[in-house]
Amino acid sequence: MPHSTTAPILEVRNVRKQYAAHTALDGVSLAVPEQSIFGLLGPNGAGKTSLIRIITQITGADSGEVFFRGEKLNPSHIGAIGYLPEERGLYKKMKVGEQLLYLAQLRDLSRADALQRIKKWLDRLELKPWAEKNVEDLSKGMQQKVQFIATVLHEPKLIILDEPFSGFDPINANLIKDEILALRDQGATIIFSTHRMESVEELCDSIALINKSRKVLDGPVTTIKNQFKTNTYEVEGQGRLLLMHPDFEVIEQKERENGHFYARVQLHAGTTPNDLLRFLIGQVQVHAFRERIPSINEIFIRRVGETMPGSLVENVTA
Amino acid sequence: MNKIWLIIQREYITRVRKKSFLVISLLAPLLIALTTVGIAKFSSSSEADVVAVHDQSSLNLLARLQDTDELHFVPAAPGSLAAAQAAFEKAKPRQEALLDIPADFTLDNTQGIQVMGKGNVALKRQLNIRKAVTKAVSELKMARSGIRQETIDDLQAKVELAAINLDEVGGKRNDAGTTTAIAYALSILVYMFIFIYGVQVMRGVSEEKSNRIMEVMISSVKPFQLMMGKILGIAGVVLTQFALWLVLSWGITTVVAPLLLKADKPTATAAAPVASSATATPATGTTAVVTSPAATPSSSETLGEAPRPGQSLGIWSVLGGLPIGSILGGFMFFFLGGYLLYSSLFAAIGSAVDDQTDAQQFMFPVTIPLILSYVVSISVIINGDPNGPLAFWLSMIPLTSPIAMVMRLPFGVPAWQLALSGTLLVLGFIGTTWVAARIYRVGILMYGKKVTYKELSKWMFYKG
Repeated sequence: MPHSTTAPILEVRNVRKQYAAHTALDGVSLAVPEQSIFGLLGPNGAGKTSLIRIITQITGADSGEVFFRGEKLNPSHIGAIGYLPEERGLYKKMKVGEQLLYLAQLRDLSRADALQRIKKWLDRLELKPWAEKNVEDLSKGMQQKVQFIATVLHEPKLIILDEPFSGFDPINANLIKDEILALRDQGATIIFSTHRMESVEELCDSIALINKSRKVLDGPVTTIKNQFKTNTYEVEGQGRLLLMHPDFEVIEQKERENGHFYARVQLHAGTTPNDLLRFLIGQVQVHAFRERIPSINEIFIRRVGETMPGSLVENVTA
Repeated sequence: MNKIWLIIQREYITRVRKKSFLVISLLAPLLIALTTVGIAKFSSSSEADVVAVHDQSSLNLLARLQDTDELHFVPAAPGSLAAAQAAFEKAKPRQEALLDIPADFTLDNTQGIQVMGKGNVALKRQLNIRKAVTKAVSELKMARSGIRQETIDDLQAKVELAAINLDEVGGKRNDAGTTTAIAYALSILVYMFIFIYGVQVMRGVSEEKSNRIMEVMISSVKPFQLMMGKILGIAGVVLTQFALWLVLSWGITTVVAPLLLKADKPTATAAAPVASSATATPATGTTAVVTSPAATPSSSETLGEAPRPGQSLGIWSVLGGLPIGSILGGFMFFFLGGYLLYSSLFAAIGSAVDDQTDAQQFMFPVTIPLILSYVVSISVIINGDPNGPLAFWLSMIPLTSPIAMVMRLPFGVPAWQLALSGTLLVLGFIGTTWVAARIYRVGILMYGKKVTYKELSKWMFYKG
């Protein structure tokens, strides 16, 4: 779980980036806790890639600062960062082993270390027989694996993965997911940019949501979820639910066969779930009772939807 | 620097390991050698053109027409012109032209001579024939006015020119044919290599872009390192190729070619060693002149001392008379400078476009100066004055100097001009590299955008 008490491995302060007439990032600040999985979310064109390119030093920010482990970001950090871009690519006519060696050496890894780790990783991801093959002879999934290896081979402290699961079948996606978790447990921090909310839910310790060049939300996943709770409970049971009470409000009710029902009930302020439960027990047979916690997907849609129509972008910080 | 070295290595090794590199490295010298030997054989066996003379006049002009290196006059079949034509068509060995002198041709009426051939009679041949006929008629006229034959012969002046390059120690003899040939050969090499390998740089860049490996690379190294690494790596490939060609064609021309030529002429060699060297030399003269057909036949004659039979063959012996050190050094410098200048522009083009078909419109302004400098240099330097003002300016402007200066090198260039042109070229490629790098760093990450010149010029001023 997140070690939110430690100093952030990466801190972005008020970063601004302008491309000609288009503002890609408008004063974005965020902090990525060490040894956690950090979800960088946002709709297409929100500015995620621009931010990632600044962190990976592909481009510079127009203003604002980025700190890596307390130091101002500089080229000496390149070896401590690993980056898997959304648009994957390798030299097609290069052998898998040579390509990994080349990319690792460009990330400041010595030849000897690189060779040893390449062997280990190819073994681990079952690519050993392909080491001497040209990349173009590999299937797309295998190429993705090679690219993943290239990203983590130099054992970076900070790994940035842009849509890491695209192009993987479910089995390989799981394999990669396990590797990501293992990397975190070994001490790495992972920034994870994606649209696939279920993987965010599954993996991320904390998130930041960027929309229209601004950060609109960030913090630990549990905190955010709590913050977006609406004091709503889901009830399933048997019987006839006739809820006429000043303290509760039924938002949704569905009849099911054999007199079963499903309902969502919102509590008004000052009411506890136990009050509702007590009331329900008198009326129906309760089969299930649980708090409704919003999914990241719902939060995403709510926040992005809120800011969609107008220019009224509010800065909500958890 | 360490990273740029890694990039250079990769670019170099992947290219040198390709089969196509090996094939071109081996085949090109072989082809050059084969054409050389072929031309040598062909030109050494070729004899003077046979011209049949159908003389209906009473002057007996045929007896007066003197054979030259190019022409050999024989009598045409007797009878009417039609009969002579028929015989000419079927003549064996082949006759190249039929000269008809009409019955009413006299020393006072020199009209009506016709020359006929199978197809058009080549202009050069026409001129040669006219010269011979004019000479014959003039001599007849002189004879008519009472000048004796001995006097006529005595009046013919024979002058030969031996051009000497005073810049060279000892003022060795030099001949225009070889010099011109080397000027051609060097400049075409520069032109070809810049073009071929410049386009390779462009392809390499646009491949990296369309492969989408660019983003990974750029997160590890600076765009400038990536661009320069590629350019320098490919420069290494060029130099390797060049060295291989030099060594191989030297080997082939000095070892294989003499064997082939010798096998062709066993009798001449056996009979008189001196004669063999004499026949062999015109053949080798042509070695140097693959690109310049008109230049050489006279070259061996004007070369005063006859080459010793043993080491006579090859362009290599003729080269001795030229400032070989400064030519080779200058060639390397101007070639590399030109390559760096142009290939950085090609790299910028490769970075700006999404696929190679889009590259055409941007290649135009880059290739035009390259092509122009070759074409203009030929007419200004080789066919004009190698040290004239136009030649001077062409060899100063960095876009044209790599080709123009290399073309001037064999003719001898003042040191201060070399230094100035070299400095300008270095400044030039620093300039183009700077511009190219600015475009490159933006272009490589720009996808799906229709790029215009206006857009490109904007990129140059983008901040980091």
